[in-house]
This record gives sequence, structure tokens and C-alpha cells, in this order.
Amino acid sequence: MPLKRLRQNISAAFYRHGLLCASYPVPIILFTSASILTCCYPLLKLPLPGTGPVEFTTGVRDYSIPSHESPGDLSERPDWYQGPPVAYIQQVLVKAAVSPWDNSLVPVDVFRSPLGRVFSVLEEIRNHVYTDRSLEALCLQVTDLLPGLRRMQAVLPEHGCLLVSPGNYWQNRRDLFDADPDLLKTVHQHEPKGLHTSATLKDLLFGVPGKQTGVSLYNKKRVVTYTITIALSSYDARFVASLRARLKQLHPSANCTLREDHMVHVHFKEEIGIAELIPLVTTYIILFAYIYFSTRKIDMVKSKWGLALAAVVTVLSSLLMSVGLCTLFGLTPTLNGGEIFPYLVVVIGLENVLVLTKSVVSTPVDLEVKLRIAQGLSNESWSIMKNMATELCIILIGYFTFVPAIQEFCLFAVVGLVSDFFLQMFFFTTVLSIDIRRMELADLNRRLPAEAGMPPPKPGPLRPRETPPPPRPSPHTITLQAPAFRNLRLPKRLRVVYFLARTRLAQRIIMVGTVIWIGILVYTDPAGLRTLLAAQVSEQSPLGEAGLPPHLGVAPVFPGRDPTSTLSVLPAPEPTPLPENQSQGHRAARPEVVPVSSPQITWGPEDEELWRRLSFRHWPALFSYYNITLAKRYISILPVIPVTLHLSPQEAIDTRHPQDTHHAPPPSIKTSDLQADLTLYKVAALGLFAGVVLVLLLFCLYRVLCPRNYGQNGVPHGRRRRGDLPCDEYGYSPPISEISPLLLRGHSMDIECLASDGMLLASCCLARQIRVWDAQTGDCLTVIPNNGLRRSSSSGCWEHRDGWDHIGACEAENIFPIRRRTTPARPALFGDQPDLTPLIDTNFGSLPPSQTLSSSGFDFGGLVEKAYQEHETSPTLAFPPSPPASQQRRRSLGDQPVLPPELPPQNNGDWDSSVWAMELRGNLIATGRSSGKLELWDAVEGSLRCSNEDGVSGITALAFLNNRIVAARLNGSLDFFTVEITKPLGLLQYRGPPGRGSLPPSPCYSSEDVISCQLTRSVQCAHQKQITVLKAAAGRVVTGSQDHTVRVYRLEDSCCLFTLQGHSGGITAIYIDQTMVLASGGQDGTICVWDVLTGSRVSHVYGHRGDVTSLVCTTSCIISSGLDDLICIWDRSTGIKLYSIQQEVGCGASLGVISESLLVTGGQGCVSFWDLNYGDLLQTVYLGQSSEGQSVRQLLVLDNAAIVCDFGNELSLVYVPSVLEKLD
Amino acid sequence: DDDSTEFNDELGGALMRRGPYISMITNRTMNVLIRAAMLFMVGVFLALVLNLLQVQRNVTLFPPDVISSIFSSAWWVPPCCGTAAALIGLLYPCMDRRLGEPHKLKREWSNVMRCVAVFVGINHASAKVDFANNVQLSLTLAALSVGLWWTFDRSRSGFGLGVVIAILATLATQLLVYNGVFQYTSPDFLYIRSWLPCIFFAGVITVGNIGRQLALYEYKVSQEKTHQD
Repeated sequence: MPLKRLRQNISAAFYRHGLLCASYPVPIILFTSASILTCCYPLLKLPLPGTGPVEFTTGVRDYSIPSHESPGDLSERPDWYQGPPVAYIQQVLVKAAVSPWDNSLVPVDVFRSPLGRVFSVLEEIRNHVYTDRSLEALCLQVTDLLPGLRRMQAVLPEHGCLLVSPGNYWQNRRDLFDADPDLLKTVHQHEPKGLHTSATLKDLLFGVPGKQTGVSLYNKKRVVTYTITIALSSYDARFVASLRARLKQLHPSANCTLREDHMVHVHFKEEIGIAELIPLVTTYIILFAYIYFSTRKIDMVKSKWGLALAAVVTVLSSLLMSVGLCTLFGLTPTLNGGEIFPYLVVVIGLENVLVLTKSVVSTPVDLEVKLRIAQGLSNESWSIMKNMATELCIILIGYFTFVPAIQEFCLFAVVGLVSDFFLQMFFFTTVLSIDIRRMELADLNRRLPAEAGMPPPKPGPLRPRETPPPPRPSPHTITLQAPAFRNLRLPKRLRVVYFLARTRLAQRIIMVGTVIWIGILVYTDPAGLRTLLAAQVSEQSPLGEAGLPPHLGVAPVFPGRDPTSTLSVLPAPEPTPLPENQSQGHRAARPEVVPVSSPQITWGPEDEELWRRLSFRHWPALFSYYNITLAKRYISILPVIPVTLHLSPQEAIDTRHPQDTHHAPPPSIKTSDLQADLTLYKVAALGLFAGVVLVLLLFCLYRVLCPRNYGQNGVPHGRRRRGDLPCDEYGYSPPISEISPLLLRGHSMDIECLASDGMLLASCCLARQIRVWDAQTGDCLTVIPNNGLRRSSSSGCWEHRDGWDHIGACEAENIFPIRRRTTPARPALFGDQPDLTPLIDTNFGSLPPSQTLSSSGFDFGGLVEKAYQEHETSPTLAFPPSPPASQQRRRSLGDQPVLPPELPPQNNGDWDSSVWAMELRGNLIATGRSSGKLELWDAVEGSLRCSNEDGVSGITALAFLNNRIVAARLNGSLDFFTVEITKPLGLLQYRGPPGRGSLPPSPCYSSEDVISCQLTRSVQCAHQKQITVLKAAAGRVVTGSQDHTVRVYRLEDSCCLFTLQGHSGGITAIYIDQTMVLASGGQDGTICVWDVLTGSRVSHVYGHRGDVTSLVCTTSCIISSGLDDLICIWDRSTGIKLYSIQQEVGCGASLGVISESLLVTGGQGCVSFWDLNYGDLLQTVYLGQSSEGQSVRQLLVLDNAAIVCDFGNELSLVYVPSVLEKLD
Repeated sequence: DDDSTEFNDELGGALMRRGPYISMITNRTMNVLIRAAMLFMVGVFLALVLNLLQVQRNVTLFPPDVISSIFSSAWWVPPCCGTAAALIGLLYPCMDRRLGEPHKLKREWSNVMRCVAVFVGINHASAKVDFANNVQLSLTLAALSVGLWWTFDRSRSGFGLGVVIAILATLATQLLVYNGVFQYTSPDFLYIRSWLPCIFFAGVITVGNIGRQLALYEYKVSQEKTHQD
């Protein structure tokens, strides 16, 4: 009980909140935005995410190792600057040149002797001792290389100081260097093939970017630059200073003004490797798929994408708010935000938002927007609160795992959930209310031209409905409302296309692809763009190279050729080694292209921090080779020591290797350009290929995701061929031979009423002809009236024609395949006179039967019949257009008195008023006519057993239960009749046509019985308005009316038990069965479930936009269909919608339940069987050959699992195969 | 205006005939094959990604050829996982049909995506989060797995099948490790890690969810087709 009260309170609170939100949308959105911004403000203090290194500069003089507990007074000191660095990097920058340059020197001389000098400098450094401190003691000792780097073993130092220089290429041995015939080849042989993400070995050893080393054959400046990099584990200022002084003294650098007073500490963030990136990317892909599939479900709103955006914004900003709030309260996030973010989104979820949308959308459309929002909110309040409580509980449990990471995650999730709830309630609800309002406006605008005279929608408007026609669902009115939500029912294919077109997705993808491609181009650098960029960036940004965006995520995906490696191939091939003397002469004779100029060694400020030009992964890569990570640690880079080396040409010649002079003249720059071009082409081809692959991938994705709804709502339906049957989920395919409809033909016009008691089947067409069929075999048993007498043809001659062979034709025609004897003439007749139908439908009951016109009428009929017989092939001649037809009708009215005189008039049927309602019990057919007359016919013999003319208002609905008949009339009154059977004393009233005794006796009433029908009670004002639905079961009679109420009567004493109020529109459908389940549906689209014993409302749901056209219940669910072409399946106990089936536009609204799990619906010329558990279509049975225009309007389920439906002027009897029954 | 053009286009779309794809997908064996192939791919993909997560735990920085080493080290693992995924994913809807208990809980793709995300998250947690001891880790993962089942499955049959397959898979792994096919760095449950059954269970539930959704989806396609006809 307290739970229920809580539930009510929550519901009421949500209702009020919904009203508030919908009433003041703008202030609330402003308030929400302000609170989001406030909560996100602390985020500004957080460092921006990124893996680029950060640096911090201190002076060299007063340097001391920062303590771990850093005092807070040094505000500019970053918090990572604690403790000793991983290493101090001391670089010795060597610039060497052969000067003066003369023409006798070959290009190799530019770098051979300068590189050779590295060994002496190295020697100097290694042997430097300052007050018994040597380099060995101070430097960073490294051990083995990582096992995967065997090939680098020869080059990188192991088990000793981490001291790298170009000398490492030759194991720091001068003799190996001197013996090396091709230095360039040695340098380049370690360069990786393909695209590289980390620093190359050349970069590592030379310590300067590859272009600046000057180690190439085309070095125009003829200055070679390289560094000797020493990693020191501890910092001894005096040792470093003495080393600096010593080197400077040995190799003085003129005009060198490098600053020496700053050391730079570089802190490295945690690296995200490719291996780490793949799971991350995967989680993000899953996240986006989740968001996509969730927002796809948003439906029936004005702007689907707007709402989807609002939903995503809600979730994202709630996450930001949670991080912001946590930061505000001193909880600094230690988790990797990017990693946990997808999981947080998934935990918080978009479900609530979608549930809210659905709930609001399913409220009745005619309510005010405010009320709709409020109702929608309060409907879902309980489930939202329950879900949130559950999630909070789960997260709290997670909090008590006492694992720091999980605790932190849980904390974020809790704050995120709460802020998400806040945003849903304020932000999203308000956005939704704005959207709904917009939709309402749009709907109104669209509807105005059509229904200009309609009053504006109020809560619970009294919709005027055209009164006289009997309440039968007419599916064609759907087209009036359809355009309002036409845009929502687009096939997925088209929606995708529209989406692509609207967002210009293709162009954007191409744009992004181009950007990525350009990025790769820049990265692989075929045109030297990168150095240019790097130079510019390093000038501008304080971070130098770190400022360059890392191409981590992109670069490894596209393997490309490294330009340096392609270049390295160049010097290697030696086509024809010339003898030395020749080459000497050649060299002498060679015209000097480059003007002779001595190389100038200059020092500028750009040399101060040359390491900035290196890749920002330079240092991490170097250390990672020794399994030392720099992630979350820092190194200190000491000011560089400049060393200038001037070498004489003689020295250069002396150090020459004999083979150096064998080199061919340097290839022209063009070939290098060509090479670069080739790389360019390769990259271009690669980009093109990647683009094509991308397009193909998207195409495949599209085909995989959106193959269904392939032309949904299709107007032309191809006929299904045999053998083309569908199979269900488990491959079960119902055998086709078992479901073939049995067509019952014989009616000349559209079938109006259909009744069955399981054994017999009675149908009445617009021509007022009643036919009785055997429900088992489909045989036509009786035709009422008997057309052989030719007296009842009130509507045309073809009735006579039918009369010739009424029994024979009936019995012959229902044999499958159907053969009709008179086929050629009839369809043409119907086609020629479509306007006759409404005329016949007119109520002639008010016209007094005129006796005077009798003879002429009969004559006319005879004439026409003759004409018909004579011109059977051209029947149009016999049938004048409509005005004569009506004349003919009036005359034919007079047919009545020309009946055989032995029949008293009251025994004869009232052929002039149309049958509005018909019921069949036993072998008695009760017909209610538009004239207000109630007739009882013997179904087998086709004779009128009795009639009652107590009422004058037309009978709109009949119920026949036990021996009582209840008739609802047009004026809202309700008449209760009792059928009394008395054994015959004499055959006073029995005037059955002779010769029918051979037919089997009826089960209930023998033909000898005298049947009378007495009006026992008439409730004059049962309803204020026309009674639309009348159902009887379990001793109760239930009526539904246009006056929005449902009344329950007891059948025995015709006492009104309850008046049920709850609908805000006329009642259109009622269901009641033996178990006293009562459900009603109205024009407002609501479905109410009532307790018949207490008269209370059990549940109340908004199911449809537009009228509820049909309602059926099973023991577990309620099935409803509406004018919106939806079939909804509701849980009977909770009133929760289980699912809905979208049908084609204009399909019939008839429903039937065959068993607990088998639903049958009528459609355009077909009936469909559905599995109620899955909502799956089991089979569609097509009723006729030319069924395009016809739709099934009435559908009866018989006891023997057969269904009967009307189908134009035919009836269709479909036996449900036994296999389908096994499903339940 | 806009609506009317859309409507016309829709008519045009409806007039188009079905491509060979639809008729292919409605074929029963083809349908099963496609489902199996999709599940196989999902299994392979998840195995690769989750394997990466596990490998990552011991490696701080990656030499450039780490990717190739991952692909070469145990080439048979992803295909095995893929095959298992295909089997389980086909088994679940089949079992639903046999038992006559259709899975009714939130049969939507978004929910399946959520399930996959949670599964990856559980793996992520097992690989990344530092727990005090193995018991705590295993208990947490077990709770998470059962939570996954409760959130996304809630069918007794699903639970039973999940437990059975998890036990079988754990046994198989024990045997493999016992025979020295591969090994765990720090086994604490005979030869393997104690959280392995939980991961297996969560994986079975996830793949079963995908399989059910695929079965439903493939069926819907054929249904659309007949409906359209």
C-alpha cells in the first residue's frame, strides 16, 4: 500500500513537473544551460587532454633536484616537476665543414672527414675527468636492448653509458669507419622501410633532423651537423661545466652566442600506442552504434534529428557535469577520461530519454501540449524512478568493491546519473514540449484546408460524426489523416538517402578523407613540406615539435614508402665502376656546376634547442629501446655544447676511402624530384584506393543495415508465386496447399453483414439478400429471399438472373477452383454501374409502399429481364444510367403487393429497408433493419419466422444471446426482446415454401415450432447519442455510444449496471468475452480495460492516433488496431504496450484471434496470420485474383479454426492449417 | 512541398523491385550461413580486440612491430573464438524455439550494442584495473557478468546455457594450458586465471544476445518480403 501511495505521489509530482516544463520552456532551458555551464566551469582548470610533451624551463645556475613534496608557493611550477628526472640529456652539437672547399674534392668529402672527427670528440668526452669524476660514474647506465630489437644491437650501446653519436654506426671504432666503403649505405641500411611512427635510428644517432645533418651527396652548404647525446643519471654541475669548457677550448666556436643558462624539463604524457588505440576505437564504434540504434527509435515527432541531438546533448553534458562537479569537490580524475567515457555513456544510457519521448507521443493528440507532456511524464514516472533506483543501487554496490579505479568510476557514474536525471527532467522535457508544440502547429496548418469548419481541438471534443450509416470501420478514411505522418513512414532506404542528401555526408566523408590524405602526404613528406611546417611551427609554438598534431591514429593504417628509404637507394647502385685514373681524369674534366665557395659555419639561436625539431617521440623512443618508459615522467635537457670543427681539404683527402672517388657524378636533382614524384604518386594511388575501399565499405554497411523496408507501403503488390513462400524464424514454412481460401460466391453486391454461430454462416449484402452457408463445407444452404419468385428484386435485373440457378450456382461455385457459369456478363455489369450501390443503400423504409404502382413495376421488371436475356453480351443497353435506375427502383417497390396472395404481408420480409445488423444463433437469423424492424428467419428453410415492428428507429446493432435479442437503435434506445418458442398448435403462422422438407432439421428450433419475439423492455434513452457498438457475453450487454460512454446491462432483467466514463471520444470498439473481460476503444485512440463486476477502470492507455477500429483480447494481451494502420499488442494486466505492428496504409482494420498466439488480420485483398509471441508475420493468404481494390472489412473466427471474411461481394472461408495451431 | 516530394519518391522506391539480396536472405540455409558468418566475424573481431587488451597489460611501450607479433603469436585463437561465437549465436535462438520461450526482453539493436559495450568494459576492467587480490577481481567480474545477464537477458535458459558453456570453455582452456599450448603469466586457478569463467559467461551472454537479434532481424526481412508481396 505505501508503495502504491509512493507511486501515486511520484506520478503526481511528475505531472506537475511536466506542466511546469511545458508552460515555461524558455526560462527553463536558460536555467538548465546556465547550470550546465556552471557545473562545467571547473573543467577549465583541467589540463587539456593530449599526449604531447609539456615543458618547463628553469635556470641552470640555481638548479636543484625538485623535491617530491613540492611547496605550493612556486605557482608556476607544474605538478609533474617533482623528484629527479629520468635522465639529464647533454647534447654536444658538432658542426663540421671542410674549408676551404676546392674543386678537387668529391661530394663524399663533405661528410666523410667531418664524421670521422666524431671519434676524437667522443674520446675526449669519455676520457674527461673532473676531480676524479668521470663520465662513467655520472652517465645513465643501460642494460640490454629489448628482445625485439636484435638488429639494433650492433648500433645502440648496451651494458654501459647511454651515449649515442653517429659513431655508433661503426661501433665507435675509427678503423671500421675508415674501412667502410659507403658511409651513406651504412647510415641508411638501418632506416625502416615503410612509414614509421617513432624516431628513426638516424635521428637518434645524429640527434638532429635528417635533413639538417648534411650527410648526403647533395649538400650544398657543405656543413655537416650532428650531435653526441649523453644521458646522465645524475647532475653534477661542475663536471658538466668543465666538460663544456674543455670542449669549447679544444674546438672553439667563433661568433657563437648560444645561451647556456636554461635547462628544459620535458614531461611526457602517457603514450597511447596502436595496440591501446584499437580497443579504444572499438569501444567508441560500439558507442556510436548504440547511440545510432537508440535515436533511431525516436518516432512521431516533428524533428527526429533535433530530438536525437537533444538526447545526445543531454547525455554528454551530464557527463561533463559529473566530471566538473567531481573536480569541484576535489576529486581529480585519474582515470583516462577517453577510455572510460564510452562506458559511462552506456551506463547512463539514452533509454530514459526515449521512454519519455514515446510516452509523451502516445498521449492523446487532442489534448493540450502542456497536458500531454504532463501525462506522458506521469505515465512513465514510476518506471523511470525504478530504473534510476536500480542503477544507483548497482553502482553503489560497485562502490563497495573498494577497488580505487572502480570506486572512481562509480563516483563519476553516480554524479553522472543524477545530473542526467536532472537534465532529462528539465532540458529534454522542455525540448520535447517545444517539439510537440511545433508538430501540433504543423498538423493544424496541414489540416486546416481539409477541415476548415472544425472547431479547435479541446480536451475531449465532441466529434461530430455523420449519423446514419451503421458503424463499420471504413478503411478508406485513413487517407485523410495519412499525410500528417507521412514523413515518418518513409522507407528506410529513402530515409538514408535523404539523410545523406540533407547532411551532405558523402561530401563530408570525402573532405575528411582528403584531410587525412593530406595529413599522410605531409607526414611522409615527399615534397619537403614537413620541414617547412616544422620550421614555422617551432618558431611560433613554445612546444616546438610537440605542437604538431600527432598522426598516431592515422599513419600506421596506410603503409607507405618512406621517402628517405627511397632516397637511400640512390647512392647504392654503381652501374659501371670506373678505374681510378679514369675517374680522376673525369673528375678533373668535369665542369663545376656549383660555384666554389667555402662553407661557413654559423651559429644562430635556432641551434640552441635543435632537439625541438626532432620528433616528440624521439626521447621516448630512445629510452624505450632499453625498456625505460618516459610516460608520466620527465627528462631534463641541459644546454647544448657547441663544437665547431674546421677541416682542411688535405685532411679530407687523406681520410678518403679508395672507393669514394668511384662514385658516379651526382645524379641531377631531377631524378630526385622524380623519385619524390613517384612517392607522391604512390601515396596518391594509395589514397585513391583507400577512398574506393571506404566507399565500398559504406556501401556494404548500408546494404547490411538497411535492406528491409525495401519499398514498404508499396502500392503495387506483386502476386506471390507458389514455391515462393516465406519461412519463419526457424525455417518453418507452412505448406501452401493447406491455406487456400474457399471463396463463397453468390452475392451480387458488397457484403454488409456477417454472422456465424460456428455451424452456419449468414451473410447479407447491399442488395439485401441474405445467404446462409455451411461453415464447414462452404455450401450455400439458403438464399433469402428466394429469388426464384422474382418478387424481391428491388435493385436490378441481375438478381433475376441469379434466380435461375440460385442453389445450383451456389453449390457449384464454391468448389475450388471456382468456375462460374455466368462469368462473362456479370463483371461488366458491375463495372458499368458503380453508382447504383448508394442508391440501393438509401433508406426507403420511410416511404410508404404504394400499391398503385404495382403492375407497372412488375412489367418493367419483365421488360428489363427480356432485354437482359436478349443482349447478354451488351448489358449496358439494358441498364440506363442512374436517374432511370432510381425510377425503376421506385417501381420495383411496388413489387411487394404482387407477391403470391397466400402469403400474408407481415410474413414477408421488409425488402425495402436495408439490413443494418444481423445475428445468427441456432438456426435463427435475427436481422435488424433500417426501418427499425426486427426479423427472425429460419436459416435453413429461409422462411421468416417472426418479425417485430415495435421500434421505428433503425437498428444499428444486434446481440443475440440465449433466448434474448438486444437491439440498439439509431436514436440511442436499447430494446430487449425475448424469443419464445411454443410448440405448434396449428400452422397458423408458418408459411414456409413447400418442398424444403428434405433439408436437415435445425439443431435448436424445429420448423414446427412457433417462434414469437416479444419486446420485453425498451430503454428509451440508453445513450445520449447513437449507439455504435453492442456486444453481449457472459450475461451482460455492453453498449458503446457516440456520447463517450460505455454502459453495461444485465441481460436477464435489462437493468443498467454501470455507466463507464473515461473516453474522450465516441466509442468505436468493445470487446467482452465469457471471462468478463471488457475493453473499449474510442475515437480518441484510447483503450480502456474495465472490471465488469465493479465497474472500475483497470487500465487506460493511449494507443492510436485516430480511432481504435478493432479490439480483441486473449488471456494475456489486448490487441487493438487503429486508423493509424497500427496493430498494438498490450499486456492485459499492466497495460504496457508490448509491441506494435505497422501495417500498410489502407489495410483493413479487422482483427481476430484464432488461438492464444495466433492473430489474424485483414488487409488489402488478403488476410495475414501473425504469431502473437513474436509479432512475426506467419503467412499472408490472398483471397482472390483481382483483389487490389478490395479490403477485408469484417472477419469472423469460427470455432473450427476457420476464418470468414468478406471480400467485396464474395465471402472467403480460410481454414487455418493444423500446423499453425500447433504453435500454441 | 517537401512532404509531397518525399511521398512521390517513396512511391518510386516502392515501385522498385527487390534486389537479389532480399531473395537470398530469405532462403533458409543462406540465412543461417549469413548469420553464422556475421557471428564468426564478430567473434574474431572481439577476440582480437580483447586479446590486445590482455597483451597490453604487461607492455608499457610498444616496439614498432607489436602488432605483427600479436597477429602471429596465436593465430588460432581468433578463428576459435569466431567459431564458438557462431555456434553459440545460432544455438541461442534455436534453444528459444525448442523451449518455446521466445526471448522478450528489449529486443532492440541498441540494447545489443549496450550489451557488447558492457562486455568490452568487463574485459577492460579485468585487464586495466588493479585489484588488491585475485579473489576480489574474480568476485567483481562474476557480479558484473551476472549483472550483464540480468540487464540484457533475464531468461533462465540463457543463464543455464551460459553457465554450461562457460564451464566447458574453462575446462577446455585448462586442458590446453595443461598440455602446454599456451600459458598464463600468473595462474591462480589451477592453470588459468580465476576470472576466466566469468569472462566466458559474459561472452556467451553477449554473443547469444547478438545471435538472437540477428535471428529476429533476418526473420523480419523475410517477413517484410512476404508482407510486401
